[in-house]
Amino acid sequence: MTTLHLDAEALYADLLARVRPLLRPDAALVGIWSGGAWLAERLQRDLGLAGKPGVISSALHRDDFGSRGLAGTTDATALPFAIDGRHILLIDDVLYTGRTTRAVLNELFDFGRPASVTLAVLVDRGGRELPIEPAVSAARVVLPPSQKLDLTRDAAGRFDFAIEGT
Amino acid sequence: MLSKRNPQLNAHGELIHLLSIEGLPKAVLTQILDTAGTFLSVNDREVKKVPLLRGKSVFNLFFENSTRTRTTFEIAAKRLSADVINLDIARSSTAKGESLLDTIANLSAMHADMFVVRHAESGAPYLIAQHVAPHVHVVNAGDGRHAHPTQGLLDMYTIRHYKQDFANLTVAIVGDIVHSRVARSDIHALTTLGAAEVRAVGPRTLVPGDLKAMGVRVCHSLEEGIKDADVIITLRLQNERMSGALLPSAGEYFKNFGLTEDKLALAKSDAIVMHPGPINRGVEIDSAVADGRQSVILPQVTYGIAVRMAVMSIIAGNDA
Repeated sequence: MTTLHLDAEALYADLLARVRPLLRPDAALVGIWSGGAWLAERLQRDLGLAGKPGVISSALHRDDFGSRGLAGTTDATALPFAIDGRHILLIDDVLYTGRTTRAVLNELFDFGRPASVTLAVLVDRGGRELPIEPAVSAARVVLPPSQKLDLTRDAAGRFDFAIEGT
Repeated sequence: MLSKRNPQLNAHGELIHLLSIEGLPKAVLTQILDTAGTFLSVNDREVKKVPLLRGKSVFNLFFENSTRTRTTFEIAAKRLSADVINLDIARSSTAKGESLLDTIANLSAMHADMFVVRHAESGAPYLIAQHVAPHVHVVNAGDGRHAHPTQGLLDMYTIRHYKQDFANLTVAIVGDIVHSRVARSDIHALTTLGAAEVRAVGPRTLVPGDLKAMGVRVCHSLEEGIKDADVIITLRLQNERMSGALLPSAGEYFKNFGLTEDKLALAKSDAIVMHPGPINRGVEIDSAVADGRQSVILPQVTYGIAVRMAVMSIIAGNDA
């Protein structure tokens, strides 16, 4: 089997270029914890947006709570702006089944009624189990279900991908 | 030798019931406190409810009265989307002679998923936990003189919120330690979380010397007990103790152990004052202190809801 190599930094540059035209004047970035939050933080800076982006966690709305229990506890949602009437640009590192996206949409609506929500992801790995599609993805890859794809960030803030499993 | 597993933990060391803080590892306590921090922010949302316990039934079984604790458990369960059933158990089945385990068996037949139990007998929640089905969880909301683990945990949450780290803290617990399940839970939690010094402060009749075995410093004078303390936990003086000849009078107690502004000045200038409620003004604490700038008595109540949400959501997510 060939080893998949994803250049996370090159993909980020592509994501940045594709996200720019999606920005409405009153748009706000919200990154899905944890990889999406890192991306949103850097996009906020590179797009020249003021303030801090929002961070959103799926933990309180996950659909596998019954079988897996409560997930990590350090990933609290923090939205430093009002959600009502905003155009939300939701950022994630890897889009797979769509279940995390569903959960964070529920989480987002607990804070108010956004004008719109647009999804932008670094990598779309297919395998959707829900009718959720991103407006933008920097890459589409196909991975076997046994493999896990995670964005990592080093001390200097550089992105990379870690692939676990075979 | 085979050691008997803590009945609160499953084979993976995960919390399935909360019966007592005694014997719980530091990591479990820390997980509860961290999770409570997540739930605290739920109160700031437009929708103050999350769906973790949707479709689950939580039965509040208060064999002993308590408005505040029962209400905060009810609010916590409702914010987790559970269905909450409050039973005035002392006036119903028990009064008709039904045994505790028969009551539990009947409520289990109504598809209870969690029991929140307060009982005058120490150990009653343990007995229930041993007899429920594997998917049913039990939370001790106070049993006899034994334990009140969610109060202990909310006290720890409050201390951590204001003081961050336990390592350098001196904590004075003042009052009727010997009869207090809150004091026992606080002492176990503070010891596990690594507080530098825990002091048990009060008259000899309420603070016996053998408490030293729990790893605390015993002080029979308030001045000595709260000197340079970072945290002062005052306990409610239970009126029923007066008739037991353990104390001369409430006035006498206040004179010697009531927390006044003058006495509080002996503690560190940024010391916080706590109380599990309900407070007896002018008995264990002066109004000026209870309402003063160092008092965190009302934040304790708020944190109590988040801590109870954390406990219920953690145990509900773990299988026996």
